[in-house]
Amino acid sequence: MAGPDRQKIQQLLADLADAADGAPDMALMEICGTHTVSLFRSGVKSLMPTNVRLISGPGCPVCVTSCGYLDTACELASRKDVIVATYGDMVRVPGRTDSLEAARGRGASVEVIYSARDAVKLARENPSRNVVFLAVGFETTTPATAAAVLEADAAGLENFFILPGHKILLPAMEMLLSAGDVPIDGFLCPGHVSVILGAAAYEPIVRNHHRPCVVVGFEPANMLDGILRLIRQVAADEAKVENAYGVAVSEGGNEPARRMIEQVFIPAATEWRAMGSIPDSGLALREPYARFDARAKFGVEFGPDYEPPGCRCGEVIQGKLEPDRCPLFGVKCTPTDPVGPCMVSSEGTCAAWYKYNRHRPGR
Amino acid sequence: MSQSPDSDNKPNAGKVVLAHGGGGELTRQLLAERIIPKLVNDLLAPLADSAVIDAPPGKICMTTDAFVVQPLEFAGGDIGRLAVCGTVNDLVVMGAKPLALSLALVLEEGLDLDVLDRVMDSIADSAKQAGVKIATGDTKVVERHSAGGMTITTAGIGTLPASMPPDAKTIAAGDAVIVSGLLAEHGLAVMIARKSLGISSTLASDVAPLGGLVDAMIASGGRVKFMRDPTRGGLAGLLADLSEQTGRNIEIDERALPLSPAARHASELLGLDPLTVANEGKVVAVVAAEDAEKVLAACQAHPLGRDAAIAGRIGETNDWPLVELLTAAGGRRIVQRPYGEELPRIC
Repeated sequence: MAGPDRQKIQQLLADLADAADGAPDMALMEICGTHTVSLFRSGVKSLMPTNVRLISGPGCPVCVTSCGYLDTACELASRKDVIVATYGDMVRVPGRTDSLEAARGRGASVEVIYSARDAVKLARENPSRNVVFLAVGFETTTPATAAAVLEADAAGLENFFILPGHKILLPAMEMLLSAGDVPIDGFLCPGHVSVILGAAAYEPIVRNHHRPCVVVGFEPANMLDGILRLIRQVAADEAKVENAYGVAVSEGGNEPARRMIEQVFIPAATEWRAMGSIPDSGLALREPYARFDARAKFGVEFGPDYEPPGCRCGEVIQGKLEPDRCPLFGVKCTPTDPVGPCMVSSEGTCAAWYKYNRHRPGR
Repeated sequence: MSQSPDSDNKPNAGKVVLAHGGGGELTRQLLAERIIPKLVNDLLAPLADSAVIDAPPGKICMTTDAFVVQPLEFAGGDIGRLAVCGTVNDLVVMGAKPLALSLALVLEEGLDLDVLDRVMDSIADSAKQAGVKIATGDTKVVERHSAGGMTITTAGIGTLPASMPPDAKTIAAGDAVIVSGLLAEHGLAVMIARKSLGISSTLASDVAPLGGLVDAMIASGGRVKFMRDPTRGGLAGLLADLSEQTGRNIEIDERALPLSPAARHASELLGLDPLTVANEGKVVAVVAAEDAEKVLAACQAHPLGRDAAIAGRIGETNDWPLVELLTAAGGRRIVQRPYGEELPRIC
């Protein structure tokens, strides 16, 4: 890191200590898997004043996906005429009896792709089979899915489908606050998602729940700046939206991307892992594109959500439990032999704790 | 030549066919025209079932490695260069002087013969650069879709001076960890070439034989106690192994790590930790504290070691030894070996 950045960080750390001095104990929640990892990887987490606790929320797309969704994905993968196309992190997550990885080991077709449009390409290249894309993720991946559906529609593809699992971030934030069982004093809002949403999207959180929201990027100095702004607001009992990531995030966000999402999808209730169904927090295909829904094509429905025995990922993704408080963490649940999704996903909270913060065997 | 699959009007023109591995005339042609002429040397020349090599006095080192990289060709290198350099480097980091390699090619039906030609040229160039002879070899052909175009296995032997290999048992607190060059360049270049990530980058693999660089480090007279080339698993994997092996903590300083802006940006974009990304053409050495600057200077004076740096220090013994990173922001975190292949993030 260059000299000026280093100086900036030293200054920010000094300001942070000043701001936190005399301020109440506070818990600041990040709701983005990339932040969870970046805060650990950069060492920022180790630099917090004692009265400032950083907690992780439901920001990892794989971790918030319900078990019922995974079971349906595995069931589809086991069909001879189906190729399941998925982002890599989903492959190892255990469902009720199976993971996609295990299904692949038994001969199921599971292709790891890096963009939704690769799934459309896969469908073109395999005209005799049906390609089902596991459409998961927040507003960062949704525009790509919408573009893929539009591309498949324009091309008249009849063998491309999606299994709708996209999530909308704000309803989950509102639900956490309404439930009130996790103390959250402010939100470190996700840089990538906010590029699409715009900083103004967090106004309802500020207005309805009196919690400060600061949009931040992923550089150490930028994350420290965001945390400093949150501490100052909490100390002054203020609640407003601040944008500390103006380089990438505008007030109004990416309007064309949102229009494309709205053209293809309509908000609908969706199941979040261990959080239940949250109204208008998911996305269903609008009528003109309903034929791309794999559930209709194959006559399947998502099964019920459930947790593997002993797994406390549900509490971890809501910030109710720190990973090393879970009895399975590091003992029965490790990255090589995971029980729950938070240990599988590279952006899962448990995986980040295990990788960057585990000082001895076990906890 | 009328039977050659090279004939333009044949459906398999310019491709490897199963008959190339059948042991008949096509096999003879493939070897005689496309493989053996590239490798000419006195050990290979008799074309007997085994190569005969004069036994050097003292000890020999032996190693083997299989190469399955996809794609076969990428910015800065190809599977042939990897296959030579990978095995040569496993010898030289032990302090050995490479003597001879074996070369086993498994070709897939349908492989472009042009690709084979380029890979063979690359093998020949790399062997020449490394000062090693391909003494013996084998070529097989397998059915379509079973070998990713081609795979290569090389084994190598080298002569070991009496003073080698370096003795890791003498590693002590305060010893310097030297990294010989820019980290993560190879792994990122291959990943960008392989995954259709839609990213363009100036990153190129820096795969190279390390004999000259290692010689220069040893010739500096500094006490080199350990050397290894960090490949899969990256620097993180190597240091985790070293920490376990020695029972000592290791502390590395993020600001001292040799990392190009291009590699830093590509890692950030893909959500990867450059410490866990694969390298080629690099050596990590543990050097006695008082000799660190001397060995570093020798390293930096060599073309392959220009970007070398003292990346960290060996710490005290610990019941559960840890590798810790002092981050650029001034924080601390643990460094562990990656669990498998690190994948780009999805959001």
